Amino acid sequence: MAERFTTVAPDVDITFNFAGSSTLVAQLLEGAPADVVATADLVHMERLADASLLASRPAVFATNTAVIAVEKGNPFSVRTLADLARGDIKVVLCAPEVPCGTYARQILDKARVTLTPRSFEENVKAVVTKISLGEADAGIVYATDTASSAALDALDIDPALNIEAEYPVAVLKDATNGTAARAFIAFLASTEGRSILASHGFGTP
Amino acid sequence: MTRRTASRQVPRLAVAVAVVTVMFFALPLVGMAWRTPWSSAVEYLTSDRTLTALRLSLWSSMWAAMLSVAFGTPLAWLLARVDFRGRNVVRALATLSMVLPPVVGGVALFFALGRRGLVGQYLDRWFDVQLPFTTTAVVIAQAFVAMPFFVVTVEAALHQLDPRHEDAARTLGASPWMIFFRVVLPAIKPAMTAGLVLAWARALGEFGATMTFAGNFPGTTQTLPLAVYLSLESNPEEALVQSMVLVAISLAVLIGLRDRWLTRPTVTSGSQT
Repeated sequence: MAERFTTVAPDVDITFNFAGSSTLVAQLLEGAPADVVATADLVHMERLADASLLASRPAVFATNTAVIAVEKGNPFSVRTLADLARGDIKVVLCAPEVPCGTYARQILDKARVTLTPRSFEENVKAVVTKISLGEADAGIVYATDTASSAALDALDIDPALNIEAEYPVAVLKDATNGTAARAFIAFLASTEGRSILASHGFGTP
Repeated sequence: MTRRTASRQVPRLAVAVAVVTVMFFALPLVGMAWRTPWSSAVEYLTSDRTLTALRLSLWSSMWAAMLSVAFGTPLAWLLARVDFRGRNVVRALATLSMVLPPVVGGVALFFALGRRGLVGQYLDRWFDVQLPFTTTAVVIAQAFVAMPFFVVTVEAALHQLDPRHEDAARTLGASPWMIFFRVVLPAIKPAMTAGLVLAWARALGEFGATMTFAGNFPGTTQTLPLAVYLSLESNPEEALVQSMVLVAISLAVLIGLRDRWLTRPTVTSGSQT
């Protein structure tokens, strides 16, 4: 995304800080400097809004859904959410404090599945890692995570039970380069931006 | 010591720099204490989450410390008394995890003892034992980072012992084990205590290796540092209170150790020459 943006706005130097939404929000609330922020759910963006840190109304630029992730080849023959509660498989989930953990909880509640994971990971990438390395047998991650990982297979979740994760993006009040920030957000919503997102498995609003 | 004598020993510039250094260390703690919500502290302190994490932390770090003594003492003894080929390499290996970033240690343990790990795969295949996600993994991760502290402290003390005591015992016909338990051990007891306490404190504070290798589940693998990390993202006030618990324990340890840490361990032997 940054590569394509630089062809449109060659004077802008983009630095990315990738982390779980909770970490980013915590950093921003403590005064970390940034121009643009994007989070994995609206709740975390709202925390920033409540703290009067936003300069623009958040706009949803991408959507995502959840899938059950298993190791390539699905060695444990997991089919449904109910299978996750089986005693013979090790499931890891995101911690409830982070968006993917809240989403996972919502899905499991809707499906009426009670599940005790082996570990609550601090961000979704850690869940992906544990499953890809064969330490855990299954987990609930985003569709985009399985799309980008060669070591994972994805099992679809019934759309009636699934969540639609909405990713908002906004300019921060303390942005040093507000013009470039707005240009970047506009780029995300442009046709080119949307096609890049789609190619990685994101939905677009 | 009169004030005049003190400043004669340390020039004022050095004192000034020292004051800045103290502030450097004190400032983060003061900052924490200033932001801690003391009124809601009790509520957080007695929450299920904090108590479970604290209990697990104390339990696992105690085990890690005991393992450090059991396995570290023979190693320290060997390193101090026997000049074997490759001793420096062994010593470097043993203390490596002291300088290694803890999360790297966790990654290493993961790839060695995880379900698909170098040794771990056999543990799984032959004994149906999987270490990650268990409290045992927590103890292993903690021992991995804490043991070097014990080994280094004890080896240093062994080096400082007057070898004549051991020689005398040997000429009198004592076996190596007897020499160890009757002559060496009593002499290095202060160092062993210091090493044990240091190892325990290090184990208590371990985070990176635990999170990577053992995982994070309340009651089984969520130690207090892990709980702090997660609390920080959703409820910073709770994190602060939990952090203060760790600070208080660490301070108590250091103050309790006092002289033993800062001064050289002295040889207290039964016979005086």
